[in-house]
Amino acid sequence: MIRDEFRVLCVDLTGGKGRIERLDGRSQVAGGSGLAALLYGRYGRNDLPWDAPEQPLIFAIGPLTGYFPLMSKTVCAFRSAYHNQYTESHAGGRTAFALRFADLDALVVTGRAARLSCLAIGGRQLEIKDVGFMAGMDADAAGKLLRRMFRDGSGHRSILRIGPAGEIGSVMACINVDSYRHFGRLGAGALMGAKNLKGIVIHGDGDFVQPAGSAYGKLFEEVYRQVTATEMMHKYYSLGTAGNLQGLNDIGSLPWRNLQKTSDPAIAGMTGQAFADSTLLRNGACSGCPVGCIHIGYVREKVADDNRYHYHQVPYDYEPIFAAGTMLGVTRPFDVLRILEVMEKVCIDAMSAGVALAWATEATERGLVSARETVVPLCFGDAAAYCRAADLLGRGANDFYRLLGMGTLRAAEVHGGADFACVLGQEMAGYATGELFFAAQTLGFRHSHLDTAAYSFDQKHADKDVGRAVDFLVADEPGRAFLTSMVACLFARSVYTDSRLAECLDAVGYATLAGSVADVAEHIRRLRWRTRIATGFDPDALDIPKRFYDVRTWKGAVDRAYLDALKREYGRRILQLAGDDRDIGEGR
Amino acid sequence: MKQLTAPRMDQCIGCHSCSLACARLIHQRISWSCAGIRIHSAGGLSTGFAAVHCLACDPAPCVAACPTGAFSQRRGGGVVVRKKLCIRCGQCVAACPVDAVCRNPDGEVFVCIHCGRCVAFCPQDCLELADMAGILEASR
Repeated sequence: MIRDEFRVLCVDLTGGKGRIERLDGRSQVAGGSGLAALLYGRYGRNDLPWDAPEQPLIFAIGPLTGYFPLMSKTVCAFRSAYHNQYTESHAGGRTAFALRFADLDALVVTGRAARLSCLAIGGRQLEIKDVGFMAGMDADAAGKLLRRMFRDGSGHRSILRIGPAGEIGSVMACINVDSYRHFGRLGAGALMGAKNLKGIVIHGDGDFVQPAGSAYGKLFEEVYRQVTATEMMHKYYSLGTAGNLQGLNDIGSLPWRNLQKTSDPAIAGMTGQAFADSTLLRNGACSGCPVGCIHIGYVREKVADDNRYHYHQVPYDYEPIFAAGTMLGVTRPFDVLRILEVMEKVCIDAMSAGVALAWATEATERGLVSARETVVPLCFGDAAAYCRAADLLGRGANDFYRLLGMGTLRAAEVHGGADFACVLGQEMAGYATGELFFAAQTLGFRHSHLDTAAYSFDQKHADKDVGRAVDFLVADEPGRAFLTSMVACLFARSVYTDSRLAECLDAVGYATLAGSVADVAEHIRRLRWRTRIATGFDPDALDIPKRFYDVRTWKGAVDRAYLDALKREYGRRILQLAGDDRDIGEGR
Repeated sequence: MKQLTAPRMDQCIGCHSCSLACARLIHQRISWSCAGIRIHSAGGLSTGFAAVHCLACDPAPCVAACPTGAFSQRRGGGVVVRKKLCIRCGQCVAACPVDAVCRNPDGEVFVCIHCGRCVAFCPQDCLELADMAGILEASR
């Protein structure tokens, strides 16, 4: 519903009760990322660790969710298990629509349930059920059971759940969203686990009166035509993000075997086309997105001699293929999907887990760890071993895997091998494009390749102008922060320019917000960073491992001085933006 | 009379654009459920999607159940809806054998009127407004 205030459902798992709160601030923070930071400021506790029961788990949507195409994502905000700082993770699926049609701008979950529980909410529903019998249950089985337990709203509800990784508090634990999407990074699943919250079912069955006048309808059709008639539709629907594998390999920017290489002839069997030809079953879409970028492949396993087979559907994208494929030296699409399926079930972030296992493999090669720690001997290309190892990692099967599940660098502190831990703030994303990306992911708000377009800048600029590069990052961020406050899919960023967003906001009745997009975008960017810094962000504390300095890209060898200067300058600018202009070289 | 059909649901990606279009263009609503066509997964997203919409019964049991004449028989199958006559009793919802009549929390009912305006908003060409004269040959 269009209204200036935010309507937020706050649920206290300790007391087993919820309440609706109405908060001002639409014209200042818009929604999504901005709203999440506002809510963390209200409910978060900077004096308590990430897993204190008081800490909020926040899900926020934007003012255009449900009203325009590709406004299909939800921001999950929390104090991260990974680094104990405020952060966000974003996911699609049905969550955004389910929240919208439950007439909620956000859901805030605090407290800790006495026993493992599931929360079910809707426009006229709030229920907390004991699901102690689901302890240790994988995400696939949990989803099936939750669908049986909560029968209303099939097709118009969203089911979030965690697997064993979340229950054991792994910082790599993700939240599975509607089977094929995830709040993947920085340990959102661990926070659900800390709250004894196995699942969240959101049922949105409300409806709202359409905005008055003809402007909204006309604008909707224009945007709809734009997103379905352009190359964007073809690019993301056809091969999807997996279509980038070949291109990044060609320019020497695709990490292979723990980033020992950035290009390999084995790409021939690992292209987006190869995945489509051999494994693609069908496409899916997030609610409200006609593009349909979700690619669902399959694996088929013979389980007995008398022609008994198991058959499973596994979503794939560029990033998971990098993590469970090239990074591990696995070069057959079906093998990649088998590894990803295990990661799906234990509900662990594929990127984090793949990079961690790649480090463990090189640590094995160098004699720093052995099968005594890893249980199964790890060797690049051995898919069966990685399937087993992913399960052990997700379940925290022994001291080594529990330690690795706290982050690759934590394991390297004990076993050595920090030089070749591919960690840029968190386990790297799959873009070895060069110095600016390495600096930007290390310091970026979500430690994500989508925080900025650094990976794109690297591919277009061979010069080493620190000022120009950091100016680009700083200038690029507010627009993205505003988009994630709407909450748009970032694939639509070429369609939703600032002026287009202003038109959309105006058409649905947010005239004030429409007239101040640039100012609000800058305010949200600074609010997010202030919130982050108040929970401990320190650019000096983040190092770039040696492996990244050894990389060769299309531009040649990474320039150490340039990379260090970029990181130093970007860190200085972030602190300056947030109002802290201390000399970055002094440390705290 | 033409009817809305969903002959290519194997191609459906579950974006709900058809439902949103119906709600927006026919009912002046923002909704993914208060519409004449609704997209459901059946037992989780891994099983694909089904389009729930009026299959144009003739005679239509919802018409027979309606106590006020708000639903009347449409020539060629389906119903003509006169909302001003509706008392929101929900009898039509219960009478529909394929769950095609939706009711919002206020009791207002929504059913497909076979206008076909949703068809253009399906990005995967799943829907079609078809002449059902040769109904046995047509896929629904």
